[in-house]
Amino acid sequence: MKIQFTLNGTPHDLEVEPSDLLIDVVRDRLGIKSPKRGCGKGDCGACTVLMNGRSIRSCLVLAAEADGQDLATVESLSANGPNDLQQALIRRNAFQCGYCAPGVILAATELLARQPHPSEEEIREAIAGNLCRCTGYEAIIDAVRDVAKPTRKPARARKGAKR
Amino acid sequence: MAIAHPFLYEKPGTVKQALQLLAQHGAGARVLAGGTDLVGQLVDGLVRPEIVVDLKGVPDLQEIRMEKDVIHIGALATFTDIMESPLIRKKLPVMAEMTEWVASRGVRNRGTMVGNICSAVPCCDSGPILLVYGGKVLVKSARGQRAVPIAQWFTGPRRTVLAPGELVLGVRVPDPGKHGGAFVKMRRYKGEDLAQASVTALLLAGNQWRIAFGSVAPTPIAGKRVEKLLHGKRLTPALVEEAVALTDQETAPITDIRSTREYRAHMLRVMMRRALEAAASRKAGRGPAYGTELI
Repeated sequence: MKIQFTLNGTPHDLEVEPSDLLIDVVRDRLGIKSPKRGCGKGDCGACTVLMNGRSIRSCLVLAAEADGQDLATVESLSANGPNDLQQALIRRNAFQCGYCAPGVILAATELLARQPHPSEEEIREAIAGNLCRCTGYEAIIDAVRDVAKPTRKPARARKGAKR
Repeated sequence: MAIAHPFLYEKPGTVKQALQLLAQHGAGARVLAGGTDLVGQLVDGLVRPEIVVDLKGVPDLQEIRMEKDVIHIGALATFTDIMESPLIRKKLPVMAEMTEWVASRGVRNRGTMVGNICSAVPCCDSGPILLVYGGKVLVKSARGQRAVPIAQWFTGPRRTVLAPGELVLGVRVPDPGKHGGAFVKMRRYKGEDLAQASVTALLLAGNQWRIAFGSVAPTPIAGKRVEKLLHGKRLTPALVEEAVALTDQETAPITDIRSTREYRAHMLRVMMRRALEAAASRKAGRGPAYGTELI
């Protein structure tokens, strides 16, 4: 079957099988290798890509479902070199093996687009589905906090805010 | 880890076309909404359909809307849609509380509540929530339409009353009016774990209670004995203890990979106490904000 989608701003027309998974098409057909195969069950987050700005598990999405959608991987963030978030992660030495890094960065990117002033709890929640077996997360959370815009108002004003 | 089994893929543009495909292929058809369960089952070879019918081409099925005194949640509404819906947060706050703890953001962005109850695993968090809110499952086929009360929906682990050729259009929840409630979910770690056990409590007008449990029986179940005990009474510390004492009779936890039977049974009593107290205090306009972890 024929599908078309945009990946990192580039339109693609492809012939795929209904049983093809999105992760395999992105990695093996289009050569974008940042989404990683981890658990293959949606638990680890290594295969994360953004679809229309929202993080999804590309191991649990058929390529056919991507027809007409706008996809982005971590490659889209660094056209002009590492962006602010990536630089903060480098400064904090936040990754070791790096297998989880693309997924973590995309999950944090989605969070910051939705909530530019996240609390630590919101940062932890946003990356809770991205498993890292090297670092213990602290440096990752610190780096996201480094680039998050400061919370607009201190705790007193947030108390009555709607969740 | 690719899908070994070939199948046809169709993305109909109307409910009518979807029903025609389902009628034509019967048990050989599988409906695809978010895919967070189905695609994993396809990869594992647990299901081998002739055809996958992707609902995402049907307009309106993603809608969450108020119809008179009923809240309608479409079959394509994701957990993120539900969590971010001002209507749900206002009218069904315990449902909003539940969606925050389902899996992870990346799964919630795709997975749907209707898919959750169609997969019907014993730990599905949507089941207890729909039980306490008295939800109905809106089912359509080429032969007609029916609304199945959620209490009659689950027939066993991964089993429901949905027949081949039938399609779930959404779930419908009556406006409960002013109420308080709590969804207490135990899991091994914060983040994305499945429930080891859950207790949901809802306090409606006139001191009517609704209680439900997840992960402690072959299906999500209602806590009828506790509901009867509490009916019409004001919650007192002594009454809470009576309800806690009934928890063992209401549930049948097992030992599995996520927990032992004994730990589940112990924690159910703790969770029952906290759910009742939080529901009562929230109804009174006090208590912890919705979304606050109670264990």
